[in-house]
Amino acid sequence: MTASLLAISGLTKAYPGAVANDDVSFDIGRGEVHALLGENGAGKSTLVKMIYGLVKPDSGTMTLHGAPYAPAEPRAARACGVAMVFQHFSLFDALSVAENIALGMETPPPMGDLARRIRAVSETYGLPLDPDRVVGDLSAGERQRVEILRCLLQDPRLLIMDEPTSVLTPQEVEILFSTLRKLTAEGVAILYISHKLEEIRALCDRATILRQGRNVGTCLPAETTAREMAQMMVGTAITPPTRAARPLGDVALEVTGLSLHSPSPFGTALKDIRFSLRSGEIIGIGGVAGNGQDELLAALSGELRSPSDAIRLHGTPIGRLRPDARRRLGLLAAPEERLGHAAAPDMSLTENAFLTGAGREGLVTRGFIRWPETEGFARRIIARFDVRTPGPGTAARALSGGNLQKFVIGREVLQRPEVLIVNQPTWGVDAAAAAAIRQALLDLAAEGAAILCISQDLDELMEIADRFGALNEGRLSEIRPTAQLGLDQIGLMMGGAHDMEVAHV
Amino acid sequence: MDLSSINPVLLLASLIAASTPILLAAIGELVVERAGVLNLGVEGMMITGAICGFAIAVNTGSPFAGFVMAALGGAALSLLFAALTQIALANHVASGLALTLFGLGLSSLLGQGYVGIKPPPTPKLDIPLLSDIPILGPVLFSHDLMVYLALALVAAVWGMLKYTRAGLILRAVGENHDAAHALGYKVVRVRVLAIAFGGACAGLGGAYLSLVRVPQWTEGMTAGVGWIALALVVFASWKAGRVLLGAWLFGGVSVLQLNLQAAGVAVPVEYLSMSPYLVTILVLVIMSADKSRAPGSLGRIFHASQ
Repeated sequence: MTASLLAISGLTKAYPGAVANDDVSFDIGRGEVHALLGENGAGKSTLVKMIYGLVKPDSGTMTLHGAPYAPAEPRAARACGVAMVFQHFSLFDALSVAENIALGMETPPPMGDLARRIRAVSETYGLPLDPDRVVGDLSAGERQRVEILRCLLQDPRLLIMDEPTSVLTPQEVEILFSTLRKLTAEGVAILYISHKLEEIRALCDRATILRQGRNVGTCLPAETTAREMAQMMVGTAITPPTRAARPLGDVALEVTGLSLHSPSPFGTALKDIRFSLRSGEIIGIGGVAGNGQDELLAALSGELRSPSDAIRLHGTPIGRLRPDARRRLGLLAAPEERLGHAAAPDMSLTENAFLTGAGREGLVTRGFIRWPETEGFARRIIARFDVRTPGPGTAARALSGGNLQKFVIGREVLQRPEVLIVNQPTWGVDAAAAAAIRQALLDLAAEGAAILCISQDLDELMEIADRFGALNEGRLSEIRPTAQLGLDQIGLMMGGAHDMEVAHV
Repeated sequence: MDLSSINPVLLLASLIAASTPILLAAIGELVVERAGVLNLGVEGMMITGAICGFAIAVNTGSPFAGFVMAALGGAALSLLFAALTQIALANHVASGLALTLFGLGLSSLLGQGYVGIKPPPTPKLDIPLLSDIPILGPVLFSHDLMVYLALALVAAVWGMLKYTRAGLILRAVGENHDAAHALGYKVVRVRVLAIAFGGACAGLGGAYLSLVRVPQWTEGMTAGVGWIALALVVFASWKAGRVLLGAWLFGGVSVLQLNLQAAGVAVPVEYLSMSPYLVTILVLVIMSADKSRAPGSLGRIFHASQ
């Protein structure tokens, strides 16, 4: 951690209409884990893309090993020892592990040698992986190992990691962290981007905080609280969601023996799901992505039909009802995928407001759309949830992820649901917007609505949920009060027997 | 009806020749689709190749020059498609359909002076000794050069996709173009090259029809072979070996039904003429019932900023 490995000075990059990075400077030392913090749109991605050679800076300089560094393309960056693990995995599903790794290398050895090296390196760093397996069949944690191995085989001096833990179980996070510590002990520097402040406090030596494209400060995460870091990111104080003690009402939603096949070939079948949700209560459902979350949401919202008695709303069997019929009865849902599932990307916010609100908000008379009322509804969502947009005529696609998420959740909350199902309500949303969404859910529960929140963010579930259950391979664990749960128990609930495999294969 | 007039050796020999146009077009389209591009203009590129090759062969007297020009003509037309879909980011399906319609029109314009003319004959390779072997000789070793070129192309494409780095990059681009771009591969360049290769192959296939199979020029003479080549690629699950099988099947049934027509089988001619299309699709549908799937980025528009 003595000499500086990469020094960045005055990097600026402007896109039409927005400055992504404005005069950003910082440096990273050998063997240092350096965190890059910031809200969505603060310019973190653009900054690392410039370091990795995917984007050319407008002005500013970088030096690597004391020599000027200006990679024209990722190939040049890799040749200089800069490697990157992407947030959205840059893997090819139909290709094998070895082929995927070969694609990330400049001069890959013949496949046989490569397979041997993959085995060797993966064992050295505790990341077991079979080079012949097809990537499409791997779990999220294993896919990330492929990405990391791809970088490690090139002896990187600087490893850039963009949100590496967002898809991992707590146990997998531990494995990743011990791998990263091994690397730093060998002198590799790591530039670590994450939203999860507690992780940064546990792992990182220094943190640089970006706000609206500017470097607004550096701190030592170990000596700074998560709260202080969040405030530096946002620039104002964040009020953490407050939860008032709520009286629980009658059982609003009851699910018994719900078993369903997934409609998609890579999906997970639901196996004998049972729980009951009371008015005023929030149940959090955790679990690693792809363990039946999407199917559970689809079964509850009505996109997938199930046996009539398997799902009851206030005692009425609704298993065979379609989504619009369920909406009329008071069961609303907001799916995970914002663009394409929760909202139609190329339609305006007004039209999107109509799509789920038509029935409950009375936006149709005799088959004709009541546009003034529909626009009024959209404006109410925008005002109440602080959606930053030029107006309700804007296409959903044009909104940033966080703003669209506020709109999508707000649209359901304002329809006064009796039962609300949400999947990943704050996925990819910055701290301030996430706090606002969580507060809205808590307020809704306080007004007597029953809420089922499916999420991969455990902190979020601990913050808002009264009871917690986990999905594993389509099975739902026992649902327990959150107040009594520790992280270890949650990890076991999420992984079942599988976390043992992750640790020892 | 006299089935004994059908000679099985001649049948097998003409099967191989009859399958060559569709094989050439399909192997080109296979490379295009493995790179993630859906070019529905195969029919248009084939018929453009057919007339380009025919015109040059008639004017120069050299079928070889004709084939070269056919490949260039098909490639040139496919570059129009490349410009539309890779640079102007137009929809693949609409651009491909437009390419077919444009190719059909362009070819009848170019071919106005060539109706009813005989092209120079394409010489057959008579390999001494080998072609004298009974049965095997006439079936395998008495064709023209293009037949062997087509077979060599299939083998080369199979080997390239499976064993070479270039093939791996091509598959990667077709599987996930965003990831390939993030790794620094030139998605647009790879795709333009693949499209041009597909165009050249389709052009060669068309010229084989007008110079060897028929051999003369008539408007619309490809008669849907380009579409069958497209279907062949899909039902062959994007695998070169299965494309070869499908093409032989199509060629075999085509030749057989012609022989049956000549032998006077008591089935209406219309049923016989549709039989190659039906049988090929049916067999390939059954074969493609395994879990192999289309390249992940097939037909999706790539834009580097995303």
